[in-house]
Amino acid sequence: MPKRTDIRKILVVGAGPIVIGQGCEFDYSGVQAVKALKREGYEVVLANSNPATVMTDPERADRTYIEPLTADVLHEVIRRERPDALLPTLGGQTALNLAMELSKSGVLRRYRVELIGADADAIARAEDRNLFQGAMRELGLDLPRGGSAHTPEEARAVARAIGSWPLVVRPGFTLGGTGGGIARDAASFDAIVARGLAASLNGEVLVEECLEGWKEFEMEVMRDRAGTAVIVCSIENLDPMGVHTGDSITVAPIQTLTDREYQAMRDDSIRVLEKVGVATGGSNVQWAVDPRSGRRVIIEMNPRVSRSSALASKATGFPIAKIAALLAVGYTLDELPNDITRKTPACFEPALDYVVVKVPRFAFEKFPGADITLGTQMKAVGEVMAIGRTFKQAWCKAVRSLEAPLRYHDLSRFDPWFRREIAEVAAFKVFLGSKVRTFEGSKVRRTKFAKGGEEAQLLRQAKVFGLSDAEIAEACGTTEDTVRSRRLALGIRPEFRAVDTCAGEFEAATPYFYSCYGWDEGHGTRDAGTAAPRLKSRVSRPQKSKVLVLGGGPNRIGQGIEFDWCCCHAAFALRDRGFEVVMMNSNPETVSTDYDTSDRLYFEPLTFEDAMEVYEREGCDGAIVQLGGQTPLNLAARLEAAGVKVLGTSPRDIDRAEDRDEFQALVAEAGVKQPPSGIAHSVADARRIAAKLGYPVLVRPSFVLGGRAMAIVSTPEELEKYAAEAVAAAHGKPILVDKFLDHAVELDVDCVADGRRCVVGAILEHVEAAGCHSGDAAAVTPPRSLSPGTIAEVERIARVFAEKLHVVGLMNIQLAVRKGEVWMIEVNPRASRTVPFVSKAVGWPLADVAARVMTGETLDGILGPETPDAERGAAGAPRSASKSPYYCVKEAVFPFARFPGADVALTPEMKSTGEVMAIDADPEIAYFKSQVAAGSPLPKGGDVFVSLRDEDKAGGVELARELARLGYGIYATLGTSTALWAAGIKSKAVFRISRGRPSALDLLREKAVGWIVSTAETGHEATEDNARLRTAATAAGVPLTTTLAGFRAAVAGLSENGPLGETAVRSLQEWHALLPDA
Amino acid sequence: MNYEEKWQAERERAGFLVLADGAVFRGVAFGAREDRLGEAVFNTGMSGYQEIATDPSYAGQIVALTTAEVGNYGTNPDDAESRGLFLSGLVVNELAEPSNFRSTLPLDRLLADAGVPGLRALDTRSLTLHLRDHGSQKAYLHASNEPLDPAEAVERARAWEGLDGQDYAARVSCKVAYDFASDLRGEVESVKGKGKSGGQDETLPFTLSTLNSTATSGAERPLVAVYDFGVKRNILRSLASFARVRVVPAKTPAEEVLALKPAGVFLSNGPADPAALPYAIENIRKILGLIPCDDSLVTRHSSLVTPMTGGPRPPVMGICLGHQLLALACGAKTGRLAFGHHGCNHPVKELATGKVQITSQNHNFAVLADSLPPELEVTHVNLNDGTIEGLRHKTLPAFSVQYHPEACPGPHDAAPLFDRFRVLLASRAPAAR
Repeated sequence: MPKRTDIRKILVVGAGPIVIGQGCEFDYSGVQAVKALKREGYEVVLANSNPATVMTDPERADRTYIEPLTADVLHEVIRRERPDALLPTLGGQTALNLAMELSKSGVLRRYRVELIGADADAIARAEDRNLFQGAMRELGLDLPRGGSAHTPEEARAVARAIGSWPLVVRPGFTLGGTGGGIARDAASFDAIVARGLAASLNGEVLVEECLEGWKEFEMEVMRDRAGTAVIVCSIENLDPMGVHTGDSITVAPIQTLTDREYQAMRDDSIRVLEKVGVATGGSNVQWAVDPRSGRRVIIEMNPRVSRSSALASKATGFPIAKIAALLAVGYTLDELPNDITRKTPACFEPALDYVVVKVPRFAFEKFPGADITLGTQMKAVGEVMAIGRTFKQAWCKAVRSLEAPLRYHDLSRFDPWFRREIAEVAAFKVFLGSKVRTFEGSKVRRTKFAKGGEEAQLLRQAKVFGLSDAEIAEACGTTEDTVRSRRLALGIRPEFRAVDTCAGEFEAATPYFYSCYGWDEGHGTRDAGTAAPRLKSRVSRPQKSKVLVLGGGPNRIGQGIEFDWCCCHAAFALRDRGFEVVMMNSNPETVSTDYDTSDRLYFEPLTFEDAMEVYEREGCDGAIVQLGGQTPLNLAARLEAAGVKVLGTSPRDIDRAEDRDEFQALVAEAGVKQPPSGIAHSVADARRIAAKLGYPVLVRPSFVLGGRAMAIVSTPEELEKYAAEAVAAAHGKPILVDKFLDHAVELDVDCVADGRRCVVGAILEHVEAAGCHSGDAAAVTPPRSLSPGTIAEVERIARVFAEKLHVVGLMNIQLAVRKGEVWMIEVNPRASRTVPFVSKAVGWPLADVAARVMTGETLDGILGPETPDAERGAAGAPRSASKSPYYCVKEAVFPFARFPGADVALTPEMKSTGEVMAIDADPEIAYFKSQVAAGSPLPKGGDVFVSLRDEDKAGGVELARELARLGYGIYATLGTSTALWAAGIKSKAVFRISRGRPSALDLLREKAVGWIVSTAETGHEATEDNARLRTAATAAGVPLTTTLAGFRAAVAGLSENGPLGETAVRSLQEWHALLPDA
Repeated sequence: MNYEEKWQAERERAGFLVLADGAVFRGVAFGAREDRLGEAVFNTGMSGYQEIATDPSYAGQIVALTTAEVGNYGTNPDDAESRGLFLSGLVVNELAEPSNFRSTLPLDRLLADAGVPGLRALDTRSLTLHLRDHGSQKAYLHASNEPLDPAEAVERARAWEGLDGQDYAARVSCKVAYDFASDLRGEVESVKGKGKSGGQDETLPFTLSTLNSTATSGAERPLVAVYDFGVKRNILRSLASFARVRVVPAKTPAEEVLALKPAGVFLSNGPADPAALPYAIENIRKILGLIPCDDSLVTRHSSLVTPMTGGPRPPVMGICLGHQLLALACGAKTGRLAFGHHGCNHPVKELATGKVQITSQNHNFAVLADSLPPELEVTHVNLNDGTIEGLRHKTLPAFSVQYHPEACPGPHDAAPLFDRFRVLLASRAPAAR
């Protein structure tokens, strides 16, 4: 069946900011879908609030709405755009939930918008536990015993009916299982049920028999409108049932089921899609199997592209999101080609001749006090995927891709099959060590670690088992360099094999590769174009320059999708300019690991060893290390020493910016003020330095991204604690102690330089006062409070540092402004987190330009020659700094709801997982929209709790007056209440938490207030009260405003607009058209 | 085996597989420590190694599995597709210890007990790409402890007669006819031949946990005669869900089969070259009524008084080799595919409905499209390479498919095909009476 011609315009809804449970996999799926639909000639309208996505680049969709993802806003978008159809299955749970809201409220019917991919009935059948279970029962499928409840009493009744502990409690309609848990007794049961009921969007929890210890499997199914269905990928979870699949180590394909069991699961998975009514597209069906009896029960199904779909796409080469989009507009699977083979149709089931392992990455170190037990609520912030010819290889590669300690639920709960494989690798390491000791006395100890032929055999075996040079060195008590040089001398090199969807049956046209070590030399180099000798002989066209782009590895707090965006844009720009781009990354959620982002894709751990093998095997002419965040940057010096041509700013200059002494000298030369500071190698050092500088001071380890173990410290007692943490986190490198500038405005400046000229992309002004990590701060551009003189000084500083550090590529500068004085905080000659936001704000893709200057172009060549006002005038140059006709606000999104017990305060240590962008001609409205987009819409009425520190009282009182005028009721602490009464504003006083009851905690508990404003000091100075208040507010899902600036912007947004639904929305393309020289 | 011995063997890698074109692939021996000649083929299925090892269609072949890890779930009596192992050797990338609640025997032991050699730790992707580019080849698998020069092994592979023109079906077929029964309690194969038999499971009738039997009593069911050219058990199970099943040896004369007055005749899958089975082709022609039966044979074998030369003929269904034989019987020709279809992910389109099924396949020979007589109509095609996957006789009640609707291993998408046969039998039943 060909594509539909009765629809022309399609609205695609994205997933919004990166949160735990909804990562950048939905950018990957959105990009594929938008690309596929546009290629088919459809007009595509996109709504997504996340600026760090490739899908929201203005050249992707026809109209891109970077607006809050709420039903009100989408209603407005639909009213403006009048799409024929809405595709809700590619934007995660967010898009699915919004589609349901729009369907229920009648908006879709009113504007005749058809849901394609999955209709409202199908979504309801999959998402509503009762409907789902009923449908599954009709199919004759086995289900876990249990029932749903809407009150604690009902829940207890269900528990009694099941009659045994433990029980699983799951809230209905949430992301990644927020608010669920396993109850082992009546007391914990009541608490978890209460949390679950609060988190559920439909006020329902499901109570079920606990299948802890059962094996968990997933099937990724694609179905077309002719009813043809294929299993794209089967997945086995290593962590057993009870651990959220997003937190589980998973393996593809399934390893421990017989064909008979596998095929029965396949049949049932397809029947589930049919029964639920998924018209077309991809779904994920999850099963649990009792390893003792084989009893199999269905757990759930997602009628949409999911985290597992992204993994399945990368694991098999089957582009699930792209195919899902094409099926949604009417194609059938047999009409679509398999992109990898090009000769066979997409209507097939990929055959894997390798093993894929996915390992989640956690960030518990960011949330001291949080419960770190893995359970039904997802807690991982990222993941890595690795491909190997055996499970052992894939396992070892995945573990070393993590760049963090491996964490799993309980190894003893893994299926014995996996346990044995893991144990064999461990045993081999010991064996390898024992072999070396045999030769310890020999003089060749330093260069060889076994004799003659045995050395080569052992070394090859170690590589076949998946061990890295570094692990072999560790096992043998030698250095990685020694192992590496022996390995190279013996000619033991990896082979690169194609991910070809067909286990070698057909030739692969798409160069997507993974490395592996084979038992034999010389075999396995036959995958098209991967063997160096063959490559040379094959080249008939003029040789293009080849550039290796190193990606960022697993998402983590501080290094996420923003860096992947930069890597993708480098690939796009360089491919446009005729370069051959080789991409290397280990993160399956990303757009960079889509096989058509680059010319050649390597799914590999980002280590020195793996990068060198790819670089040399491909015969690259240079490597870009400054776009993927700290991970590739940390490799830069070693890569350069090993002969890699590092493109752009040299590793030496990058180091100069990190080295305190050299940097201080640079700052002094540049005539810029810098907070006095010192370098400490121990806690005692730090104490001495702090005493000299005077408190408060900022303590942090050097060479760490995301403010890990960074803190503002105002007493010697606190210093002891935080300095010790920083020393531990610094891994042998020194820690830095800076005088902290309080009450300053912080700035982020993103620039591109070519070694001669430097262009400022944008200056971002933080909304929060200095002291909160720049990644966590809300920021606005163009800056609102800077004088022209200050802006000129900022631009001068950028030029001076670009020149002094010989910056070729991107540079981010953090400055503080206090009383008109500009202070230097730090310079990072590399991509920053704000580059995608800035690029969208100014309509000028900084990463693309950076990649071009890194490969030899000049800014003069790209922008035209410099004129006195060049940065604002020349075609293609950014309309920077102060002249934009609109304001863009970036707001951070936090995972505190996932970590009950952790302190919610913003500190110099970054804690946000993602960000949203909001645009408006009025900065107050833009800020207000950003708050709505970040997931904490302010209440449209009701009562507000206000607690102001003394210096905020004057300003805060006026804001409270405006709230009162708008009809809000006000609760306040005694001090604030007194100030309000004095100003003639009515308020109800409550106690401070430690002083008595009722307090704000009681207000939250009783749901008496819908908004908390508390501007008490953050971070180290937070009292016990404040920590408890913030925790409670976050747990209750009540918006929390912690700064006077935030309070002011929110009130302005409320007063000028009322509910946001009446706020005009506008597409990014329309905003860009307003720019002066557009 | 303890780790150090295992690792030592992996470092030494004394076993190997050589191809007639001289390519050598080293590995570690497992299963029976013997050397074997065979045709090297690869199978891309990701599960089902036990079904593959016990599929008689692999007789004469050394099967390389492309999937990364093999042996993971062990083997068990229920998943055997025939009474034994008929393949010449099994080659795997990585052999693992089993972990599955149904496992009763590791794969290594299954092969060793059946006298079939295997190689593990062998680079099956390189082997697969070689076979893809150069075609299936005669091969020599060295797994014994006798020292052997690979060059000598290449010579032996070249000297081997290969599968072309060879009748392997007769070697793997049952020697004596038997009834295959299935009911809700399980399946029983009872050998009804007099005295000693060569039927399935000579030693013991065994019971399987049932899959999909329907509970109709034996007496009401139509009788299907199955020509056993190497039949897979799940074909018998599928037929037994609606029919009484009488399995007859490959060389059973048509007259003898017709004398059973079967409601239908089924032509099974089987190994090697269909063109090497002239007797089968002739029998099928007789069953279809394309050539007359030898009445003298009929009277010798049956109590029938009416000659078999005229009258209505029973419907015929064929799978795989049976499909090729039906085509040959109708005048089409078969030929070799470069490297065959061996796997569980082949998309097959039914031309009448446009419906696509993912099918299990295992064949090196295929019906040649340009050789089809006008009486045969193509009903199914392979979407990967356009080869013929299904045929229907335009005037006679006969149809066949190249793929395996019985799966085992592989997807069950095509299982309704057996239902088509059931309906065909039912529709013909009054006429036959």
